[in-house]
Amino acid sequence: MNPSPVPVPFIVRLGRSFDARTWQIVGLFAAFALVAVPVMHLALPPDHPLHLSTWFITLVGKILCYAIVAVAMDLIWGYGGILSLGHGLFFALGGYAFGMYLMRQIGRDGSYQSDLPDFMVFLDWKELPWFWAGSDSFLWVALLVLVVPAVIAFVFGYFAFRSRIKGVYFSIITQALTYAAMLLFFRNETGFGGNNGFTDFKRILGYSITAPETRVVLFALSALALIGTLLLARYLVTSKFGRVLTAIRDAESRVMFIGYNPLWYKLFVWTLSAMLCAFAGALYVPQVGIINPSEMSVANSIEIAIWVAVGGRGTLIGPVIGAFIVNLAKSWFTVSFPEYWLFFLGTLFIVATLYLPQGVVGLWFKLRGRFRNDDAGAVAGDAKGVRA
Amino acid sequence: MNAGELHLADQDNPDWDSGTAELGHVLKPGQLDLSHKVILYLEDITVSFDGFRALNKLSLTIDAGELRCIIGPNGAGKTTMMDVITGKTRPDEGTVFFGQTIDLTRLSEPEIAHIGIGRKFQKPTIFENHTVFENLELAMKTDKRVWCSLLALLDSAAGDRIAETLELIRLSAHADRLAGLLSHGQKQWLEIGMLLMQEPKLLLLDEPVAGMTDEETERTGELFLSLAGKHSLVVVEHDMAFVKQLGGKVTVLHEGSMLAEGTLEEVQADQRVIEVYLGR
Amino acid sequence: MGKSRFLLCGWLLSVSLAQAAIDPALLKPLASEDSDTKIAAITALAQAAPAEALPVLKALADDSLAVAGERVVIVAGERVLDAANNTEISPAPAAREVIGINNRVRRELSAALAALRLFSTERAVRWQAAQEVTLSADAKMLPLLDRALAAEKDPEIRTRLQLAHAQASLGSTDAEVRLAAVKTLGESSDPKVRQLLLPLNEKRGDSWVEPDSAVRAAAGTSLRSIEQRLAWADSLGRAFTGLSLGSILLLAALGLAITYGVMGVINMAHGELLMVGAYSAWAMQSVFRAYLPGALDWYLLAAIPVGFLAAALVGVLMERLIIRHLYGRPLETLLATWGISLFLMQVARTVFGAQNVEVANPAWMAGGIELLPNLMLPWNRIIIVAFSIAVLVAMWAILNLSRLGMFVRAVTQNRPMAGCVGVPTGRIDTLAFGLGAGIAGLGGVALSQIANVGPDMGQGYIVDSFMVVVLGGVGQLAGAVWAALGLGVFTKFLEGWTGAVVAKIVVLVFIIIFIQKRPQGLFALKGRFVES
Repeated sequence: MNPSPVPVPFIVRLGRSFDARTWQIVGLFAAFALVAVPVMHLALPPDHPLHLSTWFITLVGKILCYAIVAVAMDLIWGYGGILSLGHGLFFALGGYAFGMYLMRQIGRDGSYQSDLPDFMVFLDWKELPWFWAGSDSFLWVALLVLVVPAVIAFVFGYFAFRSRIKGVYFSIITQALTYAAMLLFFRNETGFGGNNGFTDFKRILGYSITAPETRVVLFALSALALIGTLLLARYLVTSKFGRVLTAIRDAESRVMFIGYNPLWYKLFVWTLSAMLCAFAGALYVPQVGIINPSEMSVANSIEIAIWVAVGGRGTLIGPVIGAFIVNLAKSWFTVSFPEYWLFFLGTLFIVATLYLPQGVVGLWFKLRGRFRNDDAGAVAGDAKGVRA
Repeated sequence: MNAGELHLADQDNPDWDSGTAELGHVLKPGQLDLSHKVILYLEDITVSFDGFRALNKLSLTIDAGELRCIIGPNGAGKTTMMDVITGKTRPDEGTVFFGQTIDLTRLSEPEIAHIGIGRKFQKPTIFENHTVFENLELAMKTDKRVWCSLLALLDSAAGDRIAETLELIRLSAHADRLAGLLSHGQKQWLEIGMLLMQEPKLLLLDEPVAGMTDEETERTGELFLSLAGKHSLVVVEHDMAFVKQLGGKVTVLHEGSMLAEGTLEEVQADQRVIEVYLGR
Repeated sequence: MGKSRFLLCGWLLSVSLAQAAIDPALLKPLASEDSDTKIAAITALAQAAPAEALPVLKALADDSLAVAGERVVIVAGERVLDAANNTEISPAPAAREVIGINNRVRRELSAALAALRLFSTERAVRWQAAQEVTLSADAKMLPLLDRALAAEKDPEIRTRLQLAHAQASLGSTDAEVRLAAVKTLGESSDPKVRQLLLPLNEKRGDSWVEPDSAVRAAAGTSLRSIEQRLAWADSLGRAFTGLSLGSILLLAALGLAITYGVMGVINMAHGELLMVGAYSAWAMQSVFRAYLPGALDWYLLAAIPVGFLAAALVGVLMERLIIRHLYGRPLETLLATWGISLFLMQVARTVFGAQNVEVANPAWMAGGIELLPNLMLPWNRIIIVAFSIAVLVAMWAILNLSRLGMFVRAVTQNRPMAGCVGVPTGRIDTLAFGLGAGIAGLGGVALSQIANVGPDMGQGYIVDSFMVVVLGGVGQLAGAVWAALGLGVFTKFLEGWTGAVVAKIVVLVFIIIFIQKRPQGLFALKGRFVES
């Protein structure tokens, strides 16, 4: 809120989005992800008590990607008030786009020893479809990862927001979009491996994808991506843009009558959110080693919403915490009590919406009494109450 | 990104009385042309919802700098008229012109707000999860496209303007409170303050003093009177004492069309007005 | 004829009586090693003595015709009959060798058998035989068909036989005969006849398959008229399957039309309420199987009220325990009901197992009405269309004629006002939600007859149901009906062009675009308050 007469470079302003204490926490986290994890995984012998297993690296790496998706979801839902049930689509599209590169990296090491990916040989295709052109180039694919979901989100969002589709209506048609895309990707003729999707990856940029070093690098990249996402999101929500966005969430018609066009604000955050999801998807696929159409299922997209709801929407750390809580619980349940997982998840949905409108972060702040005294309880999803 | 928005070549406040009515003046597209000293024309506006005619061939003109009060019983079409002017409702028939050249029926709500029409709703609509300061900041006249909002920094001139407005609406002490925690009267004032921050040429005020104390009402009246001349104001009100205080021309709406127009005394003497509205 | 009827009866009753004998010389070649000889023998036998040949050929087809020394015999269990005169030979000759036949012979044999059955006394047998013979008739069978036609009185069977006759005539060397045949065939509407006429206008190498140009022209005309009729029947069939799909969509969506359309509660567990209905049908089937096996065919009637009540009960519990606390927060309702749906799915999985359960159609729902040779309307589909109409009418009546319906409408239009005039709004919400859930249960009972019943079945319908309601326009019963039927028919016609999956994708994309154009759905409400 301080008037700043001297123009400040954007990068500095971005950096100032976190306060000193937050930077300390971020620094600690980065040190853990970039130094401690590699050392504990690579340097310590497997029987050492502090050794981190491959299982741990993969699981946490995966959840870091989910956390990026959750933050992206929170931008559009928590701050923009728009519940998307289509974020699984963007996540999967990013994954598929990067998966194309990984499939090409297999080269002739597939079961059919062909230049074409195995599933194409199986379908008796003689050459790559046009949309696979250039998929052996890392840079081109990296571009596709961001551009394809962005274009789809932009076009879809433009028409939806221009028609002033909002609330549940918007949720339902994003759900229909995801569902249609899933059906499309299930077809073999679509050219993305049908049911089985992409798997059996061998290399990434020439390095073995299963090598411990590669895993550690992917893990570190995921951690950095999450930090970057949080920083960007923090900048957005504390900028005037963020204030307009929450204003649109709370009183859209007022925003219009003071001269902002909500269409472009919503469209910007929607497209950005889709791109963040896609980026997370591209990081996710090499770590888990598979991408298939079930990532686009209706259930997956709704699950993203529950990460955000459990953690606390309208805060930035909430979605990260939510993604960790739900996914750690999932991996524990599916190993120990697979039959109770859906009971737990179902209950979580109900409890989070009925009793935890602010998520665990809100609960924590309530318990700590850290909400500004006179504002306690009156504020739904206040952006400023919580530091990322 | 923002190609759809109307862009104004000149956003300065034109001086109402500087005699731009000379013949042969140059028209700039998108710029408010007040050469005939009229800021708003409504002609034969008809709006119907499922057969019900909310507005029925309503014609009305507002002069530049005028303070006009609109009265009328419930369902007379006052709010619908404001919806038509601000672009929320498209009329089935008729034309709405802002100045001589700008056809409001072709513009969207943000575009209309941008060219200088501000609106206060019947129920105060402010951003309850933002502070009072932020409410004013958001309303402030500036480039409101996405890119500018992303990079916007508050300069000291803007800070001063907000401080001035806070002073004017007597909310300086509450600048950092959440707007949702204000009293009803304070919310009304905040909304008026937001309107002022927009620097509109025409202000549409729907029941601005509802829920205010007598003292607040009187101060509001003084504020409006001080604005008239520099801005044009259209006030929809039920409170006759307040209308009397404002003192301008009064238009009576009934069943979607104009029933009478004149000073408050004149319309109060009008037999038809007494029948439908005042008498009872 | 009288004699042959007598004989056939005799054969059918497996009673061995003295009868006219077949010349053993005709039987002998049946035992030949050479297939062509065998086929010639079969034809000759059928021509010479249609009545007497039947048991012999039947035995040949059943691999029970054998050679014992010089004689050809029929082996019937322990007994051995002389094929020539159908009398028992005792003692049975020990050394006998069964006459084997290959597929080519078998084909010829079944054609000949069908031709012989044309002389049966039972209309049904003759009708069946006439149908079979139509598809395999060739020139060799012409004399036989002539005889059958002369004897046949039944007009339907005659038409069939004439068709078969025409078909057989196609192989004739006489161009005039072929021409007449081609013209007769043009009156058929059987897709297989079309296959028959198609090659006539083709060239094989340099020469036409059909040398005579007049016949070719007639064949072209006939083909076109058949194709027209086929296309017509095809469209009719599609329209019906579309209608049937539409009625299923309608049943799935009607409950939503109340809970979402009228009450504004977005219930993602709607699919699981369908599932509750479907499992109720399965449960009733099990109950009937265990306790009332005699009345098993009628379990479905009992399943209707049970399905309704079970789903309504689940719905009432959902409303009372959870949804009640979320009114006015649609996005939270969406998430909470999704949680309920996951919960219910897992309950079904735990209680009934993860596998689909088997729900059988009652016997009275099997079969169908054959409108045209290529158009069969299955009974289960017809009944479901009728059922959905009945549910629709009942629902309309409840909403528009009953007191509950009036209260529901009052509460949804103006809750505080309805409360003020003494409508128990809370209870009305519960009842209305229960009603919507119950109707979903009815939909589930119907679905159990045509779809898989399993824990995941509800998930498949949730997107479709919402599409119907959204497309139709919220709060609009008529909108839901038109949207469901329109989507059903549109999907089925599209499927003919593109295949099922692409059709579904196209439909979804169409709805997404449509909603952009008309966000309020097909039947939009207009007015000042719509937006708020």
